[in-house]
Amino acid sequence: MLLKLLFRNAFRHRLRTLLTIGGIAVAILAFGLLRTVISAWYAGVDASSASRLVTRNAISLIFPLPLSYKEKIRSVDGVRLVSYGNWFGGVYIDEKNFFANFAVEPGSYFSLYSEFLLSDDESAAFFRERKACVAGRKLARRFGWKIGDTIPLRGTIFPGNWNFVLRGIYQGKDKTIDENQFFFHWEYLNETLRKTMPRRADQVGFYMIGLKRPDQAAATAEAVDGLFRNSYAETLTETEKAFQMSFVSMSEAIITVILLVSYVIIVIIMAVVANTMAMSVRERMGEYAVFKTLGFGRGYLAALIIGESLTLTALGGLLGIGLTFPTARAFGRAVGQFFPVFRVSADTILLDVAAAAIVGVVAAVIPVWRIVQVRIAEGLGRIG
Amino acid sequence: MKEQRSNLPSKPPVIRITDLVKSYRRGSQSIPVLEHISLDIEEGEFLALMGPSGSGKSTLLNLIAGLDQVDSGSIRVDGAEITDFSEMALAAWRAGHVGFIFQFYNLIPVLTAFENVELPLMLTNLSKKARKAHVATALSMVNLQDRMDHYPRQLSGGQQQRVAIARAVVTDPTILVADEPTGDLDRYSAEDVLHLMDELCGKLGKTIVMVTHDPRAARKAHTLKYLEKGVLTDAPQIAVPERI
Amino acid sequence: MNLLFFYSLRNLLTRRLTTALTALGMALVVFVFAAIIMLAEGLQKTLVDTGSYSNVVVIRKSSGSEVQSGIDRLQASVVETQPEIGLGQNGSQLLAKEMVVLITLEKQDSASRSNVVIRGVSQASLSLRPQVRLIVGSLPRPGSSDIMVGKSIAKRFKGAGLGESLVFAQRSWRVVGIFDAGSTGYSSEIWGDVDQLMPAFRRPVYSSILFSLRNADDFQAVQTRIQNDPRLTLEAKRETVYYKEQSEAMATFLRILGLSLTIVFSIGAVVGAMITMYAAVATRTAEIGTLRALGFRQSVILIAFLMESLLLGAIGGCSGLFFASFLQLLTVSTTNFQTFSELAFSFTLTPGIAIKSLSFSLIMGFAGGVLPAYRASRMNIIAALREA
Repeated sequence: MLLKLLFRNAFRHRLRTLLTIGGIAVAILAFGLLRTVISAWYAGVDASSASRLVTRNAISLIFPLPLSYKEKIRSVDGVRLVSYGNWFGGVYIDEKNFFANFAVEPGSYFSLYSEFLLSDDESAAFFRERKACVAGRKLARRFGWKIGDTIPLRGTIFPGNWNFVLRGIYQGKDKTIDENQFFFHWEYLNETLRKTMPRRADQVGFYMIGLKRPDQAAATAEAVDGLFRNSYAETLTETEKAFQMSFVSMSEAIITVILLVSYVIIVIIMAVVANTMAMSVRERMGEYAVFKTLGFGRGYLAALIIGESLTLTALGGLLGIGLTFPTARAFGRAVGQFFPVFRVSADTILLDVAAAAIVGVVAAVIPVWRIVQVRIAEGLGRIG
Repeated sequence: MKEQRSNLPSKPPVIRITDLVKSYRRGSQSIPVLEHISLDIEEGEFLALMGPSGSGKSTLLNLIAGLDQVDSGSIRVDGAEITDFSEMALAAWRAGHVGFIFQFYNLIPVLTAFENVELPLMLTNLSKKARKAHVATALSMVNLQDRMDHYPRQLSGGQQQRVAIARAVVTDPTILVADEPTGDLDRYSAEDVLHLMDELCGKLGKTIVMVTHDPRAARKAHTLKYLEKGVLTDAPQIAVPERI
Repeated sequence: MNLLFFYSLRNLLTRRLTTALTALGMALVVFVFAAIIMLAEGLQKTLVDTGSYSNVVVIRKSSGSEVQSGIDRLQASVVETQPEIGLGQNGSQLLAKEMVVLITLEKQDSASRSNVVIRGVSQASLSLRPQVRLIVGSLPRPGSSDIMVGKSIAKRFKGAGLGESLVFAQRSWRVVGIFDAGSTGYSSEIWGDVDQLMPAFRRPVYSSILFSLRNADDFQAVQTRIQNDPRLTLEAKRETVYYKEQSEAMATFLRILGLSLTIVFSIGAVVGAMITMYAAVATRTAEIGTLRALGFRQSVILIAFLMESLLLGAIGGCSGLFFASFLQLLTVSTTNFQTFSELAFSFTLTPGIAIKSLSFSLIMGFAGGVLPAYRASRMNIIAALREA
């Protein structure tokens, strides 16, 4: 009986109900999208491995480390594998086509990054050729690259026009892996530098360290940094997760703003639903008074109103959640260059549901309070 | 055009209805409401229209007041053939020629009594001072000058209806149209209102067409007409019970 | 018509809760709208103010920003020979060869770190930048380990206060002065003697050259000459243009984010307004019939209801703008995507933004009210009267 009443009452005013549900759907959609944007920011952090360390110059990322550090790092207790590379920062035709590109030591790097899947043929071709390069699947799709294509990059940090031949397209082991990266041979970069800018040769931007055991992370990091303390190029070694987090925290302010904004949306929609409920209840004041005369208690009436409110938010919420997936996909394609991994997580959906529930309850507060207060006679008088 | 009536000098009737036909649409069906009605109403006449519910009395009233369009026939009010008027022309015509008195007063709740009476005057070119004067006159006619700054919710039913009457006469309209004016009032307020209407008719020579169920109201009128099954008659087919 | 306005206004005031809630929704949307535009405005203002129209920035071609650029001494000396360079009071050239690097410093209030710009400056650097003024302490002595920090840095980072020392590049550097650079990006920088900093960081090349034009119109000639010189791989830009480009990515990001959010929010607010107005029309059906019966035209009814929703929009818009104006008290610091360095800026409210926000709220009011008002005006008089 209660459910019947709830549903019929909610749809008494079809236009008003549809509008409210529409508004709720849009709000939940926006809320979910913003949450997805925030989790996209943390995508790098989430995909980090606990058994990898990043070593870089302690002053800042723009200063290099000598290649000679490699052997010393390898000899540290707990280090299984050492790889190295440089952030290349090359531009593909236009600055707008931004993607991450690195010069790396191929064998060790791909061994360390076992989540990048390359076929045996592609690996072999890549390792063999000096000017070969490997790109992620999403990146290749974005520009329509095929194996064998020549990819030109304009150097910004390392000036000049650099050409590479695409020999491999890697896939991520699972959906959280970034498939927008680009790698080529560090040796190719270095031998070119030796000829053109010898001063800058034999220097790496970072070292990637594979740990024998993840629980040795802190100790190993300390040991590596200790090696180079008080030298010309001091190092800072941290887990990959911490390293990724440092990037995220640089945009802390903006992330906070987005978070706040997502809460504001909820408040707005709360106002709208509360408005609808207040109006509906006010119109039916007389009816509720009649319920009271018939003997229905306050609890029952409160349940009626809260139930109606929740029905609205539930319907709107479901619609919003449903729309979130296609919208996120479209959005992801548009902001692909800022956020390489853009997917709607289960947490986001749960938050959506929670938001809808909270809005439903809060919006019903004032009307419930009014109903509980009104005296029968007063209420009946309103039938008019 | 001029029809002679036995006792009165040769003045044309203020309202002349000829061969009026009106039906209502319900889906694909057409339900006839008024069947070839003809009626003359003289100036200064107080006419009461009675009949069972659904007989079409309100429909006839609405047509006379220019609120609805006929299917066929003619309605001449003070010489004007209103069946020829467009929607916009009717609106303008109503503003100057018709005064309305409704069963539920229909005052604007967010306007004071003064402002409610002033409302029809906003459609004229009168200056603010002139409007004020007219409103004051109208309100004094209904004896409510001291309540003019009150909102409808602060007035009793009878007082609200009197404000409505003031509003109805403030533009000095050609005809007054009343739809169950005493329907929502108690005995004493009803008596007050009917007395007022009587005075308007007698002292100011206003022509009043009233639809009513109330035998008291009917008694106050000069002429009684019955509408039954779309046909106008002078006497009731069914006995109308006395209401206390 | 005066009465019309009061009629609409009084109807709003009669149903206070509903009016308040609907206006609240609109106020919030306007608040977010104004806030985002104010942020983008503040960002661009900071970066544009950072430059002078008659100054020219020279960096390595294609490097994008000073941080990635490198100009060796030979190229620098070629640039110094340009005839259009202005002369200072003491007859010396108004030209500064500078080095820019990033170091990471720990923030004052949290353990997180941020990249901060260290600029090695020369004699002419200060005179080339009139926006920069020393407010506390003294200028760094040439040839020493003195440094001076921007106001924003002194406030935000550990060890950057007056008298304190920062350790980097294996040396200790003492903060001898704090400078104020207004709302420009320099407030987030640390300055020291370029001839001390370059060897400390083992950089034999400059990052950029800044000089003042004797005549602001000479820019075209100098730019063409520098960019066509086969000995040089440099590009020259007006300082204002250079800094504007630095903020392009962030400003665009903010604007896109802001715009899409606002569109979504405004849908919610408009829905709220529509619900309110439809309800208003439904409740006042008999009233509408009466007004029409009295002779008021359909257009008058339309305008009356439209005015009501426009008023709702106006109330919401003014409140939202009012609260948004308080945001000007806040400063935002984040990392500029393009230069990778710390940037502090604040919300800036301009008359243009105020007008845009209010227009937006009026548009929302209109959008919310137009359909219900149309329905009200189109009502059949008799049907409406029957609802009494």
